[in-house]
Amino acid sequence: MNWGQALTDAVALGALYGVVAVGIGLVFGVMRLINFAYGELITAGAYVLAYTSGWPPVLAIVACFAAVIALALAQERIAFRPLRRSGAAPATMLVATFAVSFLLQAIYLLAFGTRGQIVGTLGRLNSAFTVGGVDVRWIVVVTTVSGVALLAATAALLNRTNMGLHLRAAAYDFRTARILGVRANRVIGLSFVVAGFLAAAVSVLYTVSNPLVQPSMGVPITIFALVGVVVGGLDRLWSAALGGFAVGFVYGLSGDLLSSQASPYLPSVVYGAVILVLLLRPAGLFAPWRARQVERV
Amino acid sequence: MRRSLRAVPELGVPVLLIVATALVAGVLSTTHQLEFENALVMTAIVVSLYVFMGNSGVISFGHVSFVAVGAYFAGLLTVDPQTKAFTMPDLLPVLLHSHIGVLPSLALSAAVGGAYALLVGLPLMRLSGLPAGIATFAVLGITYNVLYYWQKVGPTAQTLSDIPETGRWTIAVGAIVSVVVAYAYQRSRFGRQLRATREDPAAARASGISIYRHRLLAFTVSGALAGLAGGLYVHELGIITPDLFYLDLTFVTLAMLVFGGMGSLWGAVLGALSISALNSFLGDAENTVHVGVRLTLPNGTRLVTIGAVMALVLILRPSGLTRGREFGWRRG
Repeated sequence: MNWGQALTDAVALGALYGVVAVGIGLVFGVMRLINFAYGELITAGAYVLAYTSGWPPVLAIVACFAAVIALALAQERIAFRPLRRSGAAPATMLVATFAVSFLLQAIYLLAFGTRGQIVGTLGRLNSAFTVGGVDVRWIVVVTTVSGVALLAATAALLNRTNMGLHLRAAAYDFRTARILGVRANRVIGLSFVVAGFLAAAVSVLYTVSNPLVQPSMGVPITIFALVGVVVGGLDRLWSAALGGFAVGFVYGLSGDLLSSQASPYLPSVVYGAVILVLLLRPAGLFAPWRARQVERV
Repeated sequence: MRRSLRAVPELGVPVLLIVATALVAGVLSTTHQLEFENALVMTAIVVSLYVFMGNSGVISFGHVSFVAVGAYFAGLLTVDPQTKAFTMPDLLPVLLHSHIGVLPSLALSAAVGGAYALLVGLPLMRLSGLPAGIATFAVLGITYNVLYYWQKVGPTAQTLSDIPETGRWTIAVGAIVSVVVAYAYQRSRFGRQLRATREDPAAARASGISIYRHRLLAFTVSGALAGLAGGLYVHELGIITPDLFYLDLTFVTLAMLVFGGMGSLWGAVLGALSISALNSFLGDAENTVHVGVRLTLPNGTRLVTIGAVMALVLILRPSGLTRGREFGWRRG
């Protein structure tokens, strides 16, 4: 087995899951809500790409971004804002996002059928060039570079802009931030826009290597990213991103390197490692070592 | 005195509803009968989920693993050994050569489900919140993965049929047993202590309640009920295949519980039966029903409608249909 080959593929997969993890972590940071319907945003983007395969790539990609961001805002406005207002328990919110995910999948099934659609927008990126005996596909380079760029852009938005300051304040202490004049609905809307933007980017990148679009394709992506987010540590964006990267990287690497007899049990190994991490460090692998102990009195 | 009187409707009404479902199933066509039996099985699964989630307030995505283990034991052990030797020659000798009746297999499935839950709970019950949810999900992922590929424990990706089926009364009695056990547990001092830890962990600990031990007890009891429900499921369907016991069942049962109201046994029963009823009605409506007018829905609307109804109820009434209360004649 070629190590270089496996490594580059694994890095690209890791970068992709890192982006998904940031999308989930961003919304969680502000709303304390795990949006399980996040993967359905990625699916929506993939469907737009599939139906615009004949268009010039730039137009298709713009359409994809517009549709996904609109859907993200719709999720927030129609489902999550009323829930937040009603003061639902975290478990209820989580199950409500399941329901939204289920609903969207049912709609995709009804609208687009079970058979699956093929995306051909950026198929050219699957061609490879050779560096030092390693065949590198262009999409690997593009995914890695755009993954890093997206994370850097998100970090800049959070740390360098006024809106980012509001977002961070809301994530730190929502009620106090509101008292100090942060506009709650706008901040939450912004976090959904950014999360939608990231989801659209993932749809563009993901469908190059996996062009088949099906109604439930988003579910495994969400699950793996979510596992990564929790393993990495939910409370900070960069630890969530690292966790997502780690899960994608390990998955990509072991998928290439394990023997064919052991590879069916790969998910068990990953899940076993997840349980171990959670037991040893429930706050996350990359959380600060001396975590604050808050006990309500 | 008044308190013990209140137990009559609180336990009686859910039980009556289950009996009524079984009675109605008897006068229907075969297809509908299967759907009603399925509703009873779902009730048993949701009640088992409730015993842990409702009383402890901790999310578990892993309960379908206990359902799966119960179903596999109950299914494999009631199939004729000669059939098994032919279809699954790699099976572990214990599973391959044993052959028991349906009722012992149900008892066994409860025992196995409880044992598996205890084993899993020993380390996992130290967690709470989201880490607990993800860790229990990881258990489900491992269980599914192993059942899907390991030839020594089952038919792997294939479907095993020829499992003896049982009548609706066995299933109804199984569901009633689950409801009674759940009610007895929540009224016991253990159940009350666990509910105290749900409401205020710090105060409960200060009163000398061990959160870990009480969660572990509830997890084991609910694992046993989930195992039993798995046994009922497999004898209702007559088949097993790993895909029955994965994400779909997990989401559906969780949604039923939250839909009915996570905080009460009545909510668990009502949620399971009402979503099942809706599902069954919409399934009919796709092939035309008469409800005053002829109603025909296009294919595929069933899933969309169920998703929309679930999302809507959760948004408008986040504590569920019952708002987490037990059944009572007077409200307030």
